[in-house]
Amino acid sequence: MRGAISPAVAQAAGAATAPLDVSLRINGTEHRLSLDPRTTLLDALREHLHLTGSKKGCGLGQCGACTVLMDGMRVKACLSLAALAQGREIKTIEGLAQGDELHPLQASFIERDAFQCGYCTSGQIMAGVACISEGHAGSPQDIREWMSGNLCRCGAYDHIVAAIQDAAAVYSSTQEG
Amino acid sequence: MHPFVLERPRDLSAALSFGAQPGRNDAPVEYIAGGTDMVQLLQEYVRRPDRLVSLAGVLDDGIEIGPQGLRFGAAATMAEVAAHQGVVEQFPLISQALLNSASPQVRNQATMGGNLLQRTRCPYFRDVGYEACNKRAPGSGCAALEGENRWHAVLGTSDDCIAVHPSDLAVALVALDASVELRGTGGDRSVPLSELHRLPRDTPHLETVLAPGEVITAITVPANAAGLRSHYLKLRDRASFEFAVVSAAVAIETAGARIRQARVALGGVGTKPWRLPNVEQALADRSLEPGELRSAAALAAEGAQGRGHNDFKIELMQRAIVRAVEIAGAHA
Ligand SMILES: Cc1cc2nc3c(=O)[nH]c(=O)nc-3n(C[C@H](O)[C@H](O)[C@H](O)COP(=O)(O)OP(=O)(O)OC[C@H]3O[C@@H](n4cnc5c(N)ncnc54)[C@H](O)[C@@H]3O)c2cc1C
Ligand code: SF4
Ligand code: FES
Ligand code: FES
Repeated sequence: MRGAISPAVAQAAGAATAPLDVSLRINGTEHRLSLDPRTTLLDALREHLHLTGSKKGCGLGQCGACTVLMDGMRVKACLSLAALAQGREIKTIEGLAQGDELHPLQASFIERDAFQCGYCTSGQIMAGVACISEGHAGSPQDIREWMSGNLCRCGAYDHIVAAIQDAAAVYSSTQEG
Repeated sequence: MHPFVLERPRDLSAALSFGAQPGRNDAPVEYIAGGTDMVQLLQEYVRRPDRLVSLAGVLDDGIEIGPQGLRFGAAATMAEVAAHQGVVEQFPLISQALLNSASPQVRNQATMGGNLLQRTRCPYFRDVGYEACNKRAPGSGCAALEGENRWHAVLGTSDDCIAVHPSDLAVALVALDASVELRGTGGDRSVPLSELHRLPRDTPHLETVLAPGEVITAITVPANAAGLRSHYLKLRDRASFEFAVVSAAVAIETAGARIRQARVALGGVGTKPWRLPNVEQALADRSLEPGELRSAAALAAEGAQGRGHNDFKIELMQRAIVRAVEIAGAHA
């Protein structure tokens, strides 16, 4: 039987919990916030710091739109409590370009037309950056497997794979040269 | 989310003192490790603890291989264990099961302890809009029995709950005779992984044998599980980033074209990670001929009960065992 959420549950949801002092290091800058303990890292970024580049697709770990880097590793910001991200180095899409110079993967997303509506794009790019640095961008099959945590409802996958391949090639040529 | 007080204890003994209890839906205090399952359940009001105790930074995350075998701390992440050179070389079944789980992002966040204690993916359990779920609300009934039960278990079920234990890792570990090390305020103990989870029987809301406050501190795999020919076969609805419909973890020792001993466990079909001693016995001393494998695998169906939509799993799991043994046996 499908019923409604009971009033008791709905009411408890509205009750306040004592705010926590949380200090978050994002794109190299320290931010001091006072947050409800229930705040996810994604909500802290979007609602409190107005860094709206990271998107909320599902809020349940299933789509990858909220992907950010934590201590250099890709994670889903919707599955992290902000208070538990204290002390970690967080990088979002806003911190990827160097001034006006786009990150090679941002440039190759434009070059390859790797998006349609753009909703999944910042998550794809953050996951793609990690995919390349982990060494998992060696072949289209590898890229598909290691990018499987990022869904694209517009189905831009072929172009996303091509963009990551291009950027991976730029990386390896700059490393060799 | 239901409002909770977040505790960030400085050390393990402080963490234990809160009396948190995982795997029990009526527990008012719960642990959070990587958070990848817990945050979802909090978001959906499936879990409503008043107090959430973070295990971040208080548990061991080391991975060691020595004469006793493999030992990894409960805080080691899925990504770390999957990529560990010694695990890849000596216990590839574990690495394979992990790399076939979740997504790269989740594997960077999720811990070993949390993986073993993740809750079922039964859609009725995870949606409080459904009233009937004995696991979530004891005594309320089971919506899956007469509902959509394609994803549900055929082994170890009861008339009160047919939910699958969803961990891939646990299936590989149970095949390799792993144990979990537990610590509570009363001291340490070690429990075989096969005994960590309870069968649902008429108390599906009690999922593990953990006492209040107890945590998993480490997981151990005996040395005699190293170096076996093995394969983790995962059958799912899409090629990647999906839970198993059926999975088979197989590790065999061969002598020429014959199997000397076999270890077989199934995922996606059991209410807990499911080891199959009867199939293992039947496989011992058989050849790798498909007909021989097929008759041994048929024993997996003993006691299996379908509920309609999931009837196909009874046949599929036997085929999965045969395929996994064939692949393991073909490895040079
Ligand atoms: C999108 C998605 C896809 C997934 N796909 C798969 C898949 O294909 N295969 C698979 O196996 N899993 C899959 N998972 C599940 C994932 O593996 C688990 O969510 C994860 O392993 C849980 O670990 P955690 O550290 O995040 O645990 P948490 O979410 O922090 O905790 C989970 C539970 O364990 C308890 N707990 C945690 N650590 C301890 C400890 N040391 N001692 C006692 N109690 C503890 C917590 O109290 C809680 O009840 C998927 C998850 C997501 C989000
Ligand atoms: S199968 Fe278990 S978890 Fe699913 S609805 Fe029934 S009682 Fe709840
Ligand atoms: S919003 Fe985080 S994975 Fe979808
Ligand atoms: S571009 Fe629209 S979801 Fe990917």
